[in-house]
Parts: sequence; structure tokens; C-alpha cells
Amino acid sequence: MGVQLLLEHLNKPEINTIDGYIKQGGYRTLDKVLGKMTPDEVTEEVKTAGLRGRGGAGFPTGMKWSFLDKSTDKPRYLLCNADESEPGTFKDRLLMEKIPHLLIEGMIVSSYALGCRTSYIYIRGEYMFILRILEKAIKEAYAKGFLGENIKGSGYSLDLYVHPGAGAYICGEETALIESLEGKRGNPRIKPPFPAVSGLWGCPTIVNNVESIAAVVPILNMGGSEYAKIGIGRSTGTKLISASGNINKPGVYEIELGLPVEEFIYSDEYCGGIKGGLDIKACVPGGSSVPILPKSLLFKESNGNPRLMSYESLSEGGFETGSMLGSGGFIVYDEKQCIVKNTWTFARFYHHESCGQCSPCREGTIWLDKVLYNIEHGLGKESDIDLLWDIQHGIEGNTICPLGDAAAWPVAAAIRHFRHEFEYHVKYPHRVKDDDHVYQPEMNYTTA
Amino acid sequence: MKVTIDDISIDVPPGTTILEAARMIGENVPPTMCYYSKLEGSGGKCRSCLVKVTKGSEKDPRPMPKLVASCRTNVMDGMEVKNTTSPEVLQARKSVTEFLLINHPIDCPVCDQAGECDLQDLSYEHGLSKSRYDFKKRIFDLIDIGENIQMHMTRCIMCYRCVMVADQLTPERVHGVLNRGEASEISTYIQKAIDNEFSGNMIDVCPVGALTDKTFRFKSRVWFTKPVYAHRDCKTCSGKVTLWYQGAEVLRVTGRKNKWHEVEEFICNDCRFHKKNTEDWVIESAATISRHSVISQNLNVYEKPVIHKKLQEKPKSE
Repeated sequence: MGVQLLLEHLNKPEINTIDGYIKQGGYRTLDKVLGKMTPDEVTEEVKTAGLRGRGGAGFPTGMKWSFLDKSTDKPRYLLCNADESEPGTFKDRLLMEKIPHLLIEGMIVSSYALGCRTSYIYIRGEYMFILRILEKAIKEAYAKGFLGENIKGSGYSLDLYVHPGAGAYICGEETALIESLEGKRGNPRIKPPFPAVSGLWGCPTIVNNVESIAAVVPILNMGGSEYAKIGIGRSTGTKLISASGNINKPGVYEIELGLPVEEFIYSDEYCGGIKGGLDIKACVPGGSSVPILPKSLLFKESNGNPRLMSYESLSEGGFETGSMLGSGGFIVYDEKQCIVKNTWTFARFYHHESCGQCSPCREGTIWLDKVLYNIEHGLGKESDIDLLWDIQHGIEGNTICPLGDAAAWPVAAAIRHFRHEFEYHVKYPHRVKDDDHVYQPEMNYTTA
Repeated sequence: MKVTIDDISIDVPPGTTILEAARMIGENVPPTMCYYSKLEGSGGKCRSCLVKVTKGSEKDPRPMPKLVASCRTNVMDGMEVKNTTSPEVLQARKSVTEFLLINHPIDCPVCDQAGECDLQDLSYEHGLSKSRYDFKKRIFDLIDIGENIQMHMTRCIMCYRCVMVADQLTPERVHGVLNRGEASEISTYIQKAIDNEFSGNMIDVCPVGALTDKTFRFKSRVWFTKPVYAHRDCKTCSGKVTLWYQGAEVLRVTGRKNKWHEVEEFICNDCRFHKKNTEDWVIESAATISRHSVISQNLNVYEKPVIHKKLQEKPKSE
């Protein structure tokens, strides 16, 4: 295993309690940072580290922090986005469930860097049991004096709250999260203004993913420049990957960015190869909303270089030949899986989760769902494939928030790389009627 | 601030949106289904006003990566915008129109809004002649929201205008958006009636026939009625209205709408629903007709927007 920064102490005894966490060197950053470094120095350190947002978009965290509007005397807020709802992604869950204090420590130093007096962790409603874990941990931190008034005599005060959502995927979008936290309907806002200028209750707000905030702790412990040495190019540090699908060892792995994809899938340290010794067909490398990659493009970039687990390498060549690292929901498909069925499953999800505010997403997602249902169940027409392409093209980029893109990309990529499977479904409807049908490329096309 | 839209430049004050600038120019104005200049915070939802910004500003000349909603994007000095000259914009508008229509009943023959419906205009300008949606359309149960307003949720395009009217004109909003995604609907909680002095304005702001006047219901097609400006002394509102006559009978009273199909002043329910005699009003003049109305088609006022000449000359790229 490579460097472990976040999950290093995962299996240490009583790591979920504050004493167990301190025993492993937890809360060291408070002594190092509070009162000793200026907030700007902390931000600078995160910038040097080159940490990029772990929630999906990969926007540099330090740069995001520096956009915070400091010219007003309004209060500022740091929101931790723990609304981890992307199908295929379950890394934050492990982090918060097992090592809740890592997140709290990260929240304290990040809030200090941003000058926040109050911060919130917005957690998805389905993680109610984790909410209790976090609340217990926060209570412990208050008892030790790590939260509340005058933390460790530094003169810095912070209150931290956990707020549960009600189970909407859209509330993971930062402006919808803010609306929801304000007690309104979780509709994304129209940007600009960006939250860094006008966010929660009209005040400057920063929204960060759980993993980004947790990663601030090792950055401050080891120094930004040390952290930047890990990883490759502009993808620095380590990343939690939630591996699932037809692999021998599904689970959450902390990898150094820059690990070859092939090694990640086939190494026994990580996924341990494909289940049942089958061949791999495709892979969704970053959660359900990123484009699917076929085997031919998964291990090699279009220029022949090996494909690495990094922001740049996975998105090499745009969507024609690449995908995205996204939130690290790594879903592997073996050769027996039906891509049409998978695409339909994703489309159904986005149909269910669309907020209904803007028309392309509200009407487009249901249309995608219905057309894909037809194709998958042997009711499709030849023209439906082009229709799907038109629909996704009409949604992509035309919506208020990225949910529209997230709904469109998987469909576009599936058609781009697996058009023959869609055609097979349309041509041989009787062969795809049963639920366990498999697309077999060796099947003779001429005899129906 | 100087902004160029489709090769036409105009100076506008800071804080103007692209759409307002286009309206000042008066040509090639992006269509609006949800934006309403009189309502704060409206717009950005229907996506029919998307435009392409090819040059961000004089300072930062980079183009914007995505199409932007012109109703919610402020102009910057030196900004260059493409509306009807961009095939990308026209394609997006076509898609949006198609999306808006797939679940719309298109029951124009029995809809009171027909003839002054924004969606009719939009589909006339940008729609396909045949639907590609061969599924059952979404339908909602009819709910009763009071004695004056007929609500027909199936026709709704979720522009949120009526919600904003209730928020901004009336002391207490009793209706809102329930559910999410394609199941979201405008409704009152447990079917309460919407009852306040200004609720009738929901009818005026509705771009489609989802909210119509019960006192006018099925009386006449709008193009058979003659609009006349009139006013009266009203304690609650300005009293400036448009009366819609058929013969000597006042069939309907609405607010005065401008060129962009937006009412200039909101009127109260008393004026709208209960004053239907000529004696109640002081007649001013014949009304100028909104550019949206098909009535104007007879008078050759309404022109189908022409696609920019430059674009027509070019061979089709796709």
C-alpha cells in the first residue's frame, strides 16, 4: 500500500473516541495552527499543497478559499458537504463513521483559516446513524475545549453543528445545500452570485467536501510542500476511492494519485481483479455521473500512455476518449454486464432526483428514463438511439446546476462507446426480454 | 457600458441584464417563459432565453463556456453576445421548446389562454411540427383553488411566476411547489383556496393556460374580443386596466400589458372579477396590442422573428 494519510489509523483501537484519536496524534494541528499561524498562512499552505476538491469537480481548495469575500463584516460560514449521494461513492461514510474526529479537526482548522465563527456539517438524511456518531464526537470535542469559546486559549472561538438533509441527491449541489440548510426547498440557486460572495443567509460561504476538509489535517501536519510531493502533476496527495462492481475486493481504498488504473483493478492490494476470473468490459471511474470508459480506453490513454488514477489522466482527451475522476466512485463491469441496463439504472436515478426547477432537466430526465426503459425491455425503435443522443444533447450545459450534465453524460458515453449494444437491443428485442440477458458480441447478427 | 448583441451595439447602465439590453435594442429579443421584470428573483428556470457570450468583457475577453440565461446574467463592459446568430443557441432553444412541450397537453382549442400564450409563440418560432415523444403525457388531477381562478396544472410549465406574485404582492402565500422533478406541481397545501385581494394577478403572469379567469371561462376566444383601456377609482389598486369587449359586453378585465406581455401595474380582484359593466369604468382609448397576441396577426403587426441573415447564408453545419 502507498502512503496512507486519511485512513492511516483506521483500525487502531478506539479511534472513534477522542482519547483514542489523540493517542494517534490527533488534534496536533490545533496547537500548531491556532494563534500561531495567521489564517492567510493556513490558506497559503493549502494552496501550496495543491489540494483539489474531492467532491467531484476537482476545483483547487486553496483557491476556492481565497475567493471568500473578506471585504464585508458579515459573518462567514464553512459548510461541510457530507451529502454523499452519488451512486457508487461511499468514501465519506467510512471516514465519518470510523474516524469522526479527523473531520472535526479539519473543520476547526479550516474554519480558522476562513475566519468562521459558526460552521455546519450538512449530512444526508440516510446517514442518520453517522449523524449520531458525529454529534457524540462534537460533544467530546466541546468537553475537551477544542470547540466553543476561546479554543485552547488562542482567542479563537468556533461552534460546530451537524444538520441532516431529508434525502435528496440535489442537496449535494452547493447552492441547493445552502437553500436546504436555510430551511427552504432544496432548489439550486442561479449563479452568480457564487456562495463565496453570497451564500448561507446572504453571507460569504465556502462549501467543501468531507474528504477535502479531512485532507487539510495531514497537509498542516506535514506541510503543504511535503504533501504536494505525493501524487502526480497537478493531482497531489491521496484520494479515497470507493471501489464496487464485479471485483474481488470491493471497498474504500486510499490511493496515491497517479496509480495506474490497471494496477488498481488487478493488484491484490486493491480491487484484486475481476470476480470469477471474467474479463473486464467497462468502468465508471468517478461515480455514476461521469462517462463510462470501455476496456479499450480504460488502461491506455488515446496516445498510448498508461492511464493513471489522476484528475488529468482520467479526463485525457475530453469525453471522446476520457472520463473524470469525479468523487472516486469506481464501478467495474465484467463482460456479462449489460450496458443498456446500467445506463437505464442511472437515468432512472437522475429522473427521480431532478428537482424540477429548470425545464431541460425536469422533462429531459424523464424522457431519457422512458426511452431507455423501452430499449432495455425490447420495446425500442431504431430511431430511439439518435433520439437519446438528441435528448442528452439538449440537457447538457443548458441547466441551472450540474445535475443536468450528470444525467446526460452517462447516456452520451454509453452511446458513444457501446452503440452496438443499443443496436443489438433494438434489433433483437426477444433476446433482451428476460432480466438476466447478456449482450454477446460473438452472436451471429444475421440470424435472428 | 457597451454591449453588443447580434452585431448591434448599445450603451446600457451597469446592472442591466443581457435580456433587458436586448429589449432596449428591440430586435432579436430572446423569448422568456419564466422571467418577469416586475417580479424580483424571477427567471433562469425555463432556459428558453439562453444566449452565447462570445466575449466576456473588455477586461476579460474569454467567452463563457456554457450558454447563459440572458435574463439573469448582467452585462459587462464590452460584452459580445450571440442570440439568433448562433446555431448553438437556436439548437438549445429548440431543445428547450421540445422539452416544454412533451408533457404539455397542447389543448389549445379548448384553452382560454390560446391567442395570448407565450408557449404558443415559442413553439411557433422554435418548435418541431411533430412530437418525438410517444409516451403518455403527464396529467394532474384538477384541484379547486377558489371561485375566481381556474387552475389547470397539466398545462403548467413551472415558471414559478405565480409563486413569486404571491410572495411579493400578498401578505401570505398559501400555494407553492410540491414534490420534485417531473412530479412537481403548483398546489395549495391540502387544497386550500387562494383567497386574497391580489390573487387574480396570478392569471396575468401565467405564461400558459394553467391559471385562467373563471369569470371568462369558455366565453369567447380572445381574438374575438376587443381590448380597451379604462380606469376607475379603486381604493386598493391603481385601477388602470384593459377591458375586453365583445359587442357591448365586458367579458374580461385584465391588467395593462406592455410589449413584452408583462402587466404594468397589478390590479386587485375587485376590479378584475366584479366590475364587468361599462358604467363602472372611464374608457380611455383602444388598447395597443401586445406583440404576442395572435389578434395582431390579423393586423400584420406580428412577425415571425427572422433568423439572422448571416446564418441563413451559411451552409448548414450539422
